[in-house]
Amino acid sequence: MMLQSAPSISPDALLDVDNLVVEYPVGAKIVHAVSGVSLQIARGETLGLVGESGCGKSTLGRAVLQLRRPTAGRVLFDGHDLTTMQGDALRQMRRRVQLIFQDPIASLNPRRKIGDIVAEPLVIAGVKDPEKRERLVHEVLSAVGLDPTLVVGRLPHEFSGGQCQRICIARALILNPEFIVCDEPVSALDVSIRAQILNLLEEMKGRFGLTLLFIAHDLAVVKAVSDRVAVMYLGRLCEVGPSEQLFARPAHPYTALLIEAIPVPDPDVRPTETVPVGEPPSPIAPPSGCRFRTRCPRADQRCSDEMPELRAVAPGQFAACHHPLV
Amino acid sequence: MTGNTLLSVEDVVVDLPTPRGNLRAVDHVDLTVGAGQTLGVVGESGCGKTMLSRAILQLLPKKAKLSGRVMFDGQDLLQLPPEKLRKLRGRSLAVVFQDPMTSLNPVLTIGTQLIETLQEHLELNDATATRRSVELLAAVGIPAPEQRLAQYPHQLSGGMRQRVAIAIALSCEPKLLIADEPTTALDVTIQAQILDLLAREQRRRHMAMILITHDLGVVAGRTDEVAVMYAGRVVERAPTPALFKKMRMPYTEALLAALPKLDAAPHTPLPAISGRPPDPTRPLQGCSFSPRCRYAMSRCQREKPGLEAAETSAHQFACFHPIETHADANV
Ligand SMILES: Nc1ncnc2c1ncn2[C@@H]1O[C@H](COP(=O)(O)OP(=O)(O)OP(=O)(O)O)[C@@H](O)[C@H]1O
Ligand SMILES: Nc1ncnc2c1ncn2[C@@H]1O[C@H](COP(=O)(O)OP(=O)(O)OP(=O)(O)O)[C@@H](O)[C@H]1O
Ligand code: SF4
Ligand code: SF4
Ligand SMILES: [Mg+2]
Ligand SMILES: [Mg+2]
Repeated sequence: MMLQSAPSISPDALLDVDNLVVEYPVGAKIVHAVSGVSLQIARGETLGLVGESGCGKSTLGRAVLQLRRPTAGRVLFDGHDLTTMQGDALRQMRRRVQLIFQDPIASLNPRRKIGDIVAEPLVIAGVKDPEKRERLVHEVLSAVGLDPTLVVGRLPHEFSGGQCQRICIARALILNPEFIVCDEPVSALDVSIRAQILNLLEEMKGRFGLTLLFIAHDLAVVKAVSDRVAVMYLGRLCEVGPSEQLFARPAHPYTALLIEAIPVPDPDVRPTETVPVGEPPSPIAPPSGCRFRTRCPRADQRCSDEMPELRAVAPGQFAACHHPLV
Repeated sequence: MTGNTLLSVEDVVVDLPTPRGNLRAVDHVDLTVGAGQTLGVVGESGCGKTMLSRAILQLLPKKAKLSGRVMFDGQDLLQLPPEKLRKLRGRSLAVVFQDPMTSLNPVLTIGTQLIETLQEHLELNDATATRRSVELLAAVGIPAPEQRLAQYPHQLSGGMRQRVAIAIALSCEPKLLIADEPTTALDVTIQAQILDLLAREQRRRHMAMILITHDLGVVAGRTDEVAVMYAGRVVERAPTPALFKKMRMPYTEALLAALPKLDAAPHTPLPAISGRPPDPTRPLQGCSFSPRCRYAMSRCQREKPGLEAAETSAHQFACFHPIETHADANV
């Protein structure tokens, strides 16, 4: 298999994912969920990851955290290969990385009080002193904009979706992690709460010095918080580059189509009907060559014969396409 | 537009009894939709959009109390016997929900569901109904429609299921389609496809449509008129171009500002609306938006502004200090 690699723009990569492959066996068949993805995230950076439903974003995020062991490839976190770590060593490393999910209500245990939910990572990490736990819970709940005294004794169903997402963020922050995978943290929220949570994540990032992998299917949301953006299609990376550059001059036809699909709040902009027709092919039998070719307006013979590799198209910007737009 | 009004909602109130007391989900709403016109209904979660559409469809929870009048195609829906209502729904009044599984039956094939709907409302024999079903699936962009007839909803992706739900809703050529957040559960490219599909079918069939969403970006290029709802009320209503050219209601402005802008640099803080809408079981005396409104003054806490017309009667808003007036005062 050919490698897909985007050289790091910064030598100080906190996360270095190298040729990651994740496959799910289903019956006699194999779902090629992530097929040779490489990316780096510098310390303090937010990398946005976008792509359609089913393209492998969550699988990639979970494999990075070793919540799903990858089929092949390496995940270097601060220089340590997580894929070969086991037991205590892995548990120690896990304190430094966290995950925030899309569905905040479903990811909170409905029978446990908020105080206990937020304290749980401390218990798992072996913080025995109940007073210390309580103090940390109060601190982190205040940090995410909730009043600890009003919140700790209540159950998840007493909170709105936006408040539940704040609680999830508090739980993710309590061990003072360095790196957080945010898996569609605002997709289930309405426009105004979405803005509140995006602002909160940005504030927490500054305050706790976090590095983020921010997963979403909405490019406008991703652009609002990311330094760089990686675009994924059917298990592979199409394009990686600095956010503004990528939006101003997308090189991959799929990136361009994603940008066109964003609804613009301007009645003079009549939506163009140029979004890709149909839905992505099955990851059980991905197309040969370029996986996007069945929906790409520029596809030709070469696209079905030869898999495009990520190549530099501009400083810091890489696209996997035989006929890039720039 | 009054000449060919298809739907008129007159002073509709929906009350729901809850353990916390009466919850007013829809609070004196007036709306009209002309034949072949598209109305966007926009507002945050919980502001009453779905309850309003359920009031129009006469599909409210059993315990709900409804008052006012809903005139559709010359008939008063509140006075219509249940049997006639059932005939009307699915025939000339159709709906697509956010979750396609609300309208699809998980244990029946796509084909059975389409054919049953067609045969219930139109007198078609099996062969004709099957042919029409295939045509409908093709029209909503489903590849290999013949094969799909034998499939069950769970064998399709979310986007495909929503297309099937739309095909069923369109099957009997409705005069009005209510689409309640038809794309909120779908990702951006599929969202654009479904919205394009709805717009195309709406134009082609000269069908009226109510498009419900929390995203002003979704209604901008796709509706003739927009009604903004807040805490159960319509707080601003205008032809779409007029609304985007000159918003008057601070809430509408705040909703628009909260959208991430593509031309903003990364890490630009979003002007979020602080707090939440008021608890609908504890109505405020004054303007419901006053606790969150940056233009609020003392009158806003005491009195509730009514929906009034601006310079053109088509543009209405409920605010004592509409945006332009406020700006002038500062100059
Ligand atoms: N446990 C599993 N077993 C088999 N297939 C799986 C499993 N989890 C995910 N998949 C498949 O792997 C592919 C990638 O799924 P993944 O959830 O990573 O996508 P995603 O990009 O996160 O999508 P979404 O935007 O819907 O969350 C999909 O085809 C999915 O159906
Ligand atoms: N079955 C019910 N019983 C009691 N209250 C309800 C019921 N359904 C909805 N409500 C309440 O009625 C109000 C209006 O809800 P509605 O579902 O119409 O909002 P919405 O604008 O459609 O929100 P969303 O964007 O989340 O769909 C809310 O306060 C909601 O909590
Ligand atoms: S490689 Fe070919 S099919 Fe793939 S995106 Fe580029 S032009 Fe399209
Ligand atoms: S009436 Fe007052 S509080 Fe209400 S929207 Fe207008 S300015 Fe704001
Ligand atoms: Mg996912
Ligand atoms: Mg609703």
